[in-house]
Amino acid sequence: MSLLRITSYTLTSALGHGRDAHRDALVNAATGLRRHAFDDCAIDCWMGEVAGLDATLPSSLKQFECRNHRLAWLGLQQDDFMHCVARLREKYHAARIGVFMGTSTAGIHSAELAYRQARAQNSSSLPDWFDYRHTQNLYSVAGFVRQALQVSGHSLVISTACSSSAKVFAAAYRSMQLGLCDAAIVGGVDSLCLTTLHGFNSLQLVSSDICRPADADRRGISIGEAAGFAIVEKPEASADGLPYALLGYGESGDAHHMSSPDPQGSGAALAMQLALTRAALEPDAIDYINLHGTGTLANDAAEDKGVITVFGSHTPCSSTKGWTGHTLGAAGIVEAGIAMLCIEHGLLPQSLNTLQKDAQLQANVLLHPQRKTVTRVMSNSFGFGGSNCSLLFGHVNASMTRATS
Amino acid sequence: MMQATSHIEAISFVAPGLPDWSHASAVLRGEQPCAASELAAYQPNLLPPNERRRASPTVRMAFRIAEELINSSRQDAAQLACVFSSSDGDLAIAQRICNALAESTRMVSPTDFHNSVHNAAAGYWSIAANAKGPATAISAFDDSFAIGLLEAHAMVQVEKQSTLLVVYDVPAPMPLHASRPLGIAAGVGLLVTPHRTAASIAAFQCDAGDGNGTRCDDAAIESLRISNPAARSLPLLQAIARQQSTAVDIAMSGQRTLRITLQIGAAEVHA
Repeated sequence: MSLLRITSYTLTSALGHGRDAHRDALVNAATGLRRHAFDDCAIDCWMGEVAGLDATLPSSLKQFECRNHRLAWLGLQQDDFMHCVARLREKYHAARIGVFMGTSTAGIHSAELAYRQARAQNSSSLPDWFDYRHTQNLYSVAGFVRQALQVSGHSLVISTACSSSAKVFAAAYRSMQLGLCDAAIVGGVDSLCLTTLHGFNSLQLVSSDICRPADADRRGISIGEAAGFAIVEKPEASADGLPYALLGYGESGDAHHMSSPDPQGSGAALAMQLALTRAALEPDAIDYINLHGTGTLANDAAEDKGVITVFGSHTPCSSTKGWTGHTLGAAGIVEAGIAMLCIEHGLLPQSLNTLQKDAQLQANVLLHPQRKTVTRVMSNSFGFGGSNCSLLFGHVNASMTRATS
Repeated sequence: MMQATSHIEAISFVAPGLPDWSHASAVLRGEQPCAASELAAYQPNLLPPNERRRASPTVRMAFRIAEELINSSRQDAAQLACVFSSSDGDLAIAQRICNALAESTRMVSPTDFHNSVHNAAAGYWSIAANAKGPATAISAFDDSFAIGLLEAHAMVQVEKQSTLLVVYDVPAPMPLHASRPLGIAAGVGLLVTPHRTAASIAAFQCDAGDGNGTRCDDAAIESLRISNPAARSLPLLQAIARQQSTAVDIAMSGQRTLRITLQIGAAEVHA
């Protein structure tokens, strides 16, 4: 049974603007990671930077001016998404369309610049241009999207680190079930900032090498930025958009440690199992798992144990963070988009940049791409605080043709 | 439209001069004056000693609420879903990181960084309570109580799981305080269940309301209400403290209100 119809989606990351750019990069094995310089960050690392963030916001949205909302605005312009939302506003009342956004740091880069300027000017107060509410405050991401899309329904921001924009699907489903809204915009936006670059670096989780998920010699993450959005409607809604569905979701907590996963992967396994159970599907009904796969020693090892517990070593899987980098609070929606691209194009992407698979990992990590019919894809997102979310996407027909096998 | 009924099994409220629900409810009934006095530092019981010593004021506030809910209910903390809602999260940590980034050395504390995530309190709670169920951390700026309550209500109704709702905000230090001038630190918690239990205090339904929202008639309590997003819950708590089966409209941004229709205690409820 499908939980939500997904009638439109779009994604913007270091791979480019919109779905076609992502499909091309996946097919051509073209990473978006570069040895960039961001701001004056001197950390020796690769980054997944989005091109085209120089343009300022339209005057009607000027109070939200910051890198994160520029990225959100750029993302909303792709794949005809604004027109799809305009049609949605005609179908439902604007006040019945919800907004559920995920982010980990919102517009904190504006605060970083404000503190730097205050220090340079030896001032004890922050500069007048700094607007906490519309940039640094996490809710500003939903506030911006509501104003940009002219919708006024139930809205919130979920900020559970790197699972944020996966959990928005579960929150939107629950709210629609309860009748708080009739349709929703879900998504996530996270942009490069010094807080995450230096913060992850202080935890020794940033690789000086390019991100190599599942590699025997993996050394950590490459940080990226992204914006992604989807329109979700009730399964019974007459919908003429794209033919995808959310089939299941599972949310769990590791209850283990703030910044490292349970080494047994039991929280990860629980999230995956809950998603399967909710979809009434057996593991062998899943064609591909898009792993959280950050490329840290601990994450990839723990997730591997979780996958083996639930799926065994047969199901094809890979992380796509060798393409996009780790887009943190946007990772859930980016990889949801990639899951739908995999279904549309019959593509199982390889674990890009993986030179030699870690012999300790038992899951069926793809080192080469496969082309085949793809009906159902699981996508994993795990975050600090032991926050786990697994999502299950399928072609809308997949939910009708096969219950428990 | 939204006539689903959830049940409240435990309540916590903390603000200056109101260290727990028993003080707060006496003040809300008018039995005691609302006299602001500084809150004594709270020592979270469920955190291991190391973490307890290092816990930030924000995590302490969240634990203060969550522990009062658990201590005054019969629920097993490990079995509860959790909704942690806070407008601002931990701005003292965000400010320390921003200050560190303004120095040429850029030495961000790794502990500060992993404690800076918005779900830090939710993460520490899941570890302390060994809670492995769904837990979320949300923000809705000044509407963080109303939206948190709706998220908990949705969790209870759709997942059929008893849920701990913890809403909290602690004022930022200067200079950030000038950009986000919260008047007080405050927190509110509700333990919400799908069915009535022997310990149920009240039942409620949620719907869209109208008007400007219910205010508190006592001027001192009304001034608390507008000083912190968690304190926007006070009209609801006042009705519960006074045992009034009534409708309360929680004011939200954009001229909206959340109407909470309350049935106190043993009153019959129909889904």
